[in-house]
Amino acid sequence: MIADGLIAAAILVVAMATVAARGAFTAVALFIAYGLLLSFAWVRLGAPDIALTEAAIGAGLSGALLLGAAARAGRAAERPPGRAMTAAIALGCTGVTVALAAAILLLPDPAPSLAPQVAANMATTGLGNPVAAVLMAFRGLDTLLESAVLVLAVIAAWSLAPDEAWGGPSGVAQPMSRDGPLALLARLLPPLGILAAVHILWIGKDAPGGKFQAAAILAAMWMLAWMAGRVAPPQVSARWLRVVVAAGPALFIAIGMLGWLTEGAFLAYPPGLALPIIMVVEVALTASIAVALALLVMGPPGRRA
Amino acid sequence: MSLLVDAASIAAILAGLVFFAAGTAGLLRFPDASSRLHALTKADHLGLGLIVLGLLPRADAVGGAPRLVAVWLLVLVSSAAAGPLLARLARRR
Amino acid sequence: MTATLYGLLGAALTGIGLFGLLARPERLLRLLAFNLLGGGIFLVFGAVARRGAGAGFAGDPVPQAIILTGIVVAFAATTLAVALLLRIASDDESDKP
Repeated sequence: MIADGLIAAAILVVAMATVAARGAFTAVALFIAYGLLLSFAWVRLGAPDIALTEAAIGAGLSGALLLGAAARAGRAAERPPGRAMTAAIALGCTGVTVALAAAILLLPDPAPSLAPQVAANMATTGLGNPVAAVLMAFRGLDTLLESAVLVLAVIAAWSLAPDEAWGGPSGVAQPMSRDGPLALLARLLPPLGILAAVHILWIGKDAPGGKFQAAAILAAMWMLAWMAGRVAPPQVSARWLRVVVAAGPALFIAIGMLGWLTEGAFLAYPPGLALPIIMVVEVALTASIAVALALLVMGPPGRRA
Repeated sequence: MSLLVDAASIAAILAGLVFFAAGTAGLLRFPDASSRLHALTKADHLGLGLIVLGLLPRADAVGGAPRLVAVWLLVLVSSAAAGPLLARLARRR
Repeated sequence: MTATLYGLLGAALTGIGLFGLLARPERLLRLLAFNLLGGGIFLVFGAVARRGAGAGFAGDPVPQAIILTGIVVAFAATTLAVALLLRIASDDESDKP
């Protein structure tokens, strides 16, 4: 109880400091701290899968993305609102907070829950992790659409490349570091990271873990080698890149269609074959999502000097 | 026996917290970037090592203990690599 | 009790994020505030999930899966926003006389 209060107080303080920060870099550093503290909150709420995802994607990859942006973002284009307007905004936001807090305090007791239904039907999927069962079997359509959203985000980010840079290497040019600390990290960490990612992907079927966390780690390892200049950034026009990004969602859709033909419902799995099919789709999705995440964080092709 | 192990574990975690506090004090009070980096990396390594030591008796038998030690080693490696990078950047400024 | 505390924290974060989104003119800070807003909403969901614990699970898995999907989609939106931000910034730079 004390631990919860301290964690909540810390998150609140860091969030307020982020909004009130002077410079972009300070704000991003505080935001990364907020993301890591939020992972604690998720653990305390009994959601270890979400804690892993928040730490990997919410704090880790977002942090890398936003630090790069803070270094290159320009000045504000508008003036800040005046005192009266700021006070009005603060009043409005307080109203929203109070309304949400009232909703929380007035939640029905006993709480409605789908946990019994999930527990009753989980055995048919062969998975031991209830969140994975919900993601891949019971709400499989959501996961399919989510992976499609990532593909769309990659396309949208690429479309923001300036015309003369289209088709070129993704992201801004990184100098090659031959030796030194960054090269050490880029040589040492990727094998360990790949091992950790495969492990998290595999145990995700029975314990907290899964493809999003594994994909985030794989993306981070690729980005590490990329930023150290040890691997060449992929050309946006490269065919293998586009095939890998699209392959995961395409496979998922194909399996859904197969389910429609054999079982009569989109994304229905034949009984007894659910676990192998789910794992195959998960592996394919991990590869696609990892490549998509790395491309999104490193950014569209930029102007070359 | 378990009382002794619990007491030792709590003592190690508290000692680790003391080192973290010392490192943060160094971060806030030291004059320039290099000395701040020095305080931060050294004190944090030791603090984390002590906390890991304190958590080892409480970890799961098979998988937990090696993972805790691996976490400590990875933090060691990454901050050992990040320190010189930051110092180089600070010197250039 | 834990769930209610984190739910209230989520409500507070929503207010803070909304304030930052509306009151700070710097683009990157607006993006950070938007993420704070999203995190607050996810915490509210998480509180609901925690209250739905049962059948041997520590939390109702369906809201948890939805939060997970939401975190990834919010990250994708953030990357797109950053790409837009940087493109605007570089266009501003090249427009300067």
